[in-house]
Amino acid sequence: MLQYIIKRLLQGIPLLLIVSLTLFLLMMKIGDPIATMGGRTLTRPEDRERLTRQLGLDKPIAVQYLYWLIGNDWTKIDSDGDGVPDKNGTRLGIIRGDFGTSLVTKKSVTELIGERIPNTLILMLASEIVTIAFALVLGIYSALRQYSTLDNILTALLFIGYSMPIFFISLMSMYIFAVLFKQWGLPYLPTVGMFDPQEGKTFSQVLWHMVLPVMSLSVIYFAGYSRYIRSTMLEVMSQDYVRTAKAKGLPRRQVVYIHALKNASLPIVTLVGLDLPFLLGGAVVTERIFAWPGMGRLFLDHLTRADVSVVMGILMLVAVAVVLFQIITDIFYAWLDPRIRYN
Amino acid sequence: MAAPSIPIPQLADDLSTPPLTLWQLGWLRFRRHKMALFGGVMLILLLVFSFGGAFVFTEKYANFNDTSQRLQPPSSAHPFGTDSIGRDILARTIYGGQISLFIGFVAVLIEVVLGILVGALAGYYGGWVDSILMRFTEAMLIIPTIFLLLVMAKFFGGKIPDIHIGERAFSGSVVVIVAIIGATSWMYLARIVRAEFLSWKEREFILAARATGTSNSEIIFLHILPNTMAPIIVSSTLSVANAILAESYISFLGLGVQEPTASWGNMLDKSAKYLDSAPWLWFFPGMLILLTVLSINFLGDGLRDALDPRSRTV
Amino acid sequence: MSTSLLQVSDLRTRFQTPEGTVHAVNGISFHINEGETVAVVGESGCGKSVSMMSLLRLIPTPPGEIYAGTAIYRNDDLLKKSEQEMEDIRGKEIAMIFQDPMTSLNPVLTVGRQLTESLRVHLGHTQEQAEKRAVELLEQVGIPDAARRVQDFPHQFSGGMRQRVMIAMALSCAPSLLIADEPTTALDVTIQAQIVELVARLRESLHMAIIWITHDLGVVAGMADRVIVMYAGYIVEEADVQDVYDNPSHPYTLALLGALPRVDRRRDQRLKSIPGAPPNLLVEPRGCPFAPRCEFVIEKCRAENPPLLHVGKNHSSACWVDVKTGVPR
Repeated sequence: MLQYIIKRLLQGIPLLLIVSLTLFLLMMKIGDPIATMGGRTLTRPEDRERLTRQLGLDKPIAVQYLYWLIGNDWTKIDSDGDGVPDKNGTRLGIIRGDFGTSLVTKKSVTELIGERIPNTLILMLASEIVTIAFALVLGIYSALRQYSTLDNILTALLFIGYSMPIFFISLMSMYIFAVLFKQWGLPYLPTVGMFDPQEGKTFSQVLWHMVLPVMSLSVIYFAGYSRYIRSTMLEVMSQDYVRTAKAKGLPRRQVVYIHALKNASLPIVTLVGLDLPFLLGGAVVTERIFAWPGMGRLFLDHLTRADVSVVMGILMLVAVAVVLFQIITDIFYAWLDPRIRYN
Repeated sequence: MAAPSIPIPQLADDLSTPPLTLWQLGWLRFRRHKMALFGGVMLILLLVFSFGGAFVFTEKYANFNDTSQRLQPPSSAHPFGTDSIGRDILARTIYGGQISLFIGFVAVLIEVVLGILVGALAGYYGGWVDSILMRFTEAMLIIPTIFLLLVMAKFFGGKIPDIHIGERAFSGSVVVIVAIIGATSWMYLARIVRAEFLSWKEREFILAARATGTSNSEIIFLHILPNTMAPIIVSSTLSVANAILAESYISFLGLGVQEPTASWGNMLDKSAKYLDSAPWLWFFPGMLILLTVLSINFLGDGLRDALDPRSRTV
Repeated sequence: MSTSLLQVSDLRTRFQTPEGTVHAVNGISFHINEGETVAVVGESGCGKSVSMMSLLRLIPTPPGEIYAGTAIYRNDDLLKKSEQEMEDIRGKEIAMIFQDPMTSLNPVLTVGRQLTESLRVHLGHTQEQAEKRAVELLEQVGIPDAARRVQDFPHQFSGGMRQRVMIAMALSCAPSLLIADEPTTALDVTIQAQIVELVARLRESLHMAIIWITHDLGVVAGMADRVIVMYAGYIVEEADVQDVYDNPSHPYTLALLGALPRVDRRRDQRLKSIPGAPPNLLVEPRGCPFAPRCEFVIEKCRAENPPLLHVGKNHSSACWVDVKTGVPR
């Protein structure tokens, strides 16, 4: 088992290196850090050259990549821009967790991301939990009532659910629950940000502000998950061992929830595990609409301003998360499935 | 045993129904799928709306802005209302539809070509070709698509000038969007094609073809590929829906199709500001996207059931 | 010894499919006495599995429908019982084992768990009692090192051993009737013999009746008391086992026996296969369903479906023609 884990981790490393290299090359071409950092204050060519040397942008791409990856505190860099390397650099490289500084806000990227990640995580985890809970109920229910009219109606509704663009459902729910409710004098839900600045970041404030974004996200994920759970359950229920369980006269509940569900949970766990890291990306549009201060908004804001460090930091973080989750899911699955565990 | 007194009748050894090809079978089963037919009809209607509508409204009209008429609710003069600078929304959804649908279909074309190339080569040749191609595919799969799209949109945005065809002018961003959507969604198809090739290349008739000296490219394109068309068709149909959604998301975020060229996505961009006062700004384009994606999903689902080679019952 | 255990009368089952109605079981009647072993023989699709699963009401009822007949088990009609009542009967009074032991056991539950659950549900055992009994059962079916093996998962057993586990599960509550649906078809020939022998041995100690479904006449020759031959959802012949081999009276039975490879046949004689194709169950047959493939067919066969006619002691056959003489009855 340990061997398997190590092997997978080792396989993940070249993958991450490829990703980091490709992204780095792409990002180098995107923005002009000089312009971003200097703004309008640096107009003289000498100033620009100095800044270029200070930032190490005059070095070959390979060297820039190397510094980004493993830092430059082990070598001398040109800190005053006069063309002569004088003291050691201060960067540690992303391998040691240093993603550099934002070109726009001058804060460290790690700090920026660190501020925002919890907000995105709250949103994502809440959506995931709501989604899975409802999807399990609906998926199992419709699998058991396969040919009923209710099942057909639900299937059609679910299709609509996952064909909806996220902004459509967000805007619609905002319109109904915030605008219309307000017009009709009903208690209405907030639509902007994580909390009302006048009330402060209290638990109930955050909770109320979460309702609409979580609802929008859940509707879309839930539609997809329900279909998957339904089809997995259908497939499992048609298996021979379920027929055996019924032939043994076991009560229906035992057949469905123990014999069937235990088997169906394997592919479902895989789906959830592999999906989780991508939730980090799913919030980009939602965070924009609801002005939720999360990583998605951070990404968007800094991308439009060509803030390479922040963008790279977020992308690498997500890539690492995806690879890690793949490995964790694999391991978890191997542990759950006795056919793999006891071999 | 005594011989029977009547001659033994000709026993029919053939089946009572003639064998059907996968396509005939597929069509028969597809016809039965009510939702899929509904999806197909709806898609055709949407295509008529977008491309036929061009005969009712000119593009100039769609871009014509009269700020005195801004933010008008739906009326007989403007059935879908007007937007924040006074343009008629109905006309814009028609032309926006053309762009969005065009992007959807062409991006999938690119995606299919890339996906088949990568998948076929990886699956057929195996070995280090497979390893390299698959590592690359996996690397691309690691980044969430929306991030990738946004980064590439930012990178390539503004690099292509406006295009003029006949009387119409298109923002160069359309080409950019088509290219990047195509370039970021081929991976799923590549995996499917690779899996198909891995299984088909071991079949006996392929070994026979090789033994008689058929060239590799002939085997790939003339022998194996036609047999893998069913999952490719299903996957690419559903991809059109994804492509349309992808375009709408990046346009909505401001990095997609640029004004004045309309697309369903960029029409929604400004709408959040006028959420309470002008819901028609986002309702109509959003609804059209929903209907398009929905009909494609129905269609794709029906195709998948109809062309599934595993269930050969009619 | 000849107390009637099960009386089935005019059982009919059909399936509604998009292509039409499949007539799987078309009015079969038979009886099983306590302790007797009846073999049900026929090719794939002849309705033997469907009819027995109909008895236990294991047919999925959206597409399937048991629309006629009665199945009297100890004075109660199984076909009229509620689902709850059937749950009490399945596994406890009437047990069933299936063809493929690889897929018929739940891969994520231990063998011990799959044994104890029946004991706990039907016999009310405590967990401790059930676990102890589970080990005993495994020993009875010949699984070595049972105490340790009871914690293993199905994939850790070989095919033959898995089938033994299935048998242990089926017999755990001492049912009066065991329905065995082709339990040896998926196994090697040597293992087949072992399983047949195991079941025969256990039947003695439990005084259990057995319905043994198979498409292979050879398998059950040694242990069956009677044989029922089915074709296209009908019973076409019924007789004591010796009579079926000595005096087969239906052309289909004849063909089945003739198709068996025999040691005493000349080497250069071709194996006789039955010409034609299995019947299309979507169409309700007019006349005898075997007529298109029968070498004794006469005009009447195509017009009227022969009922089971008495042709000897405990022996009936659904045929208009006497196959020994070729003359219509």
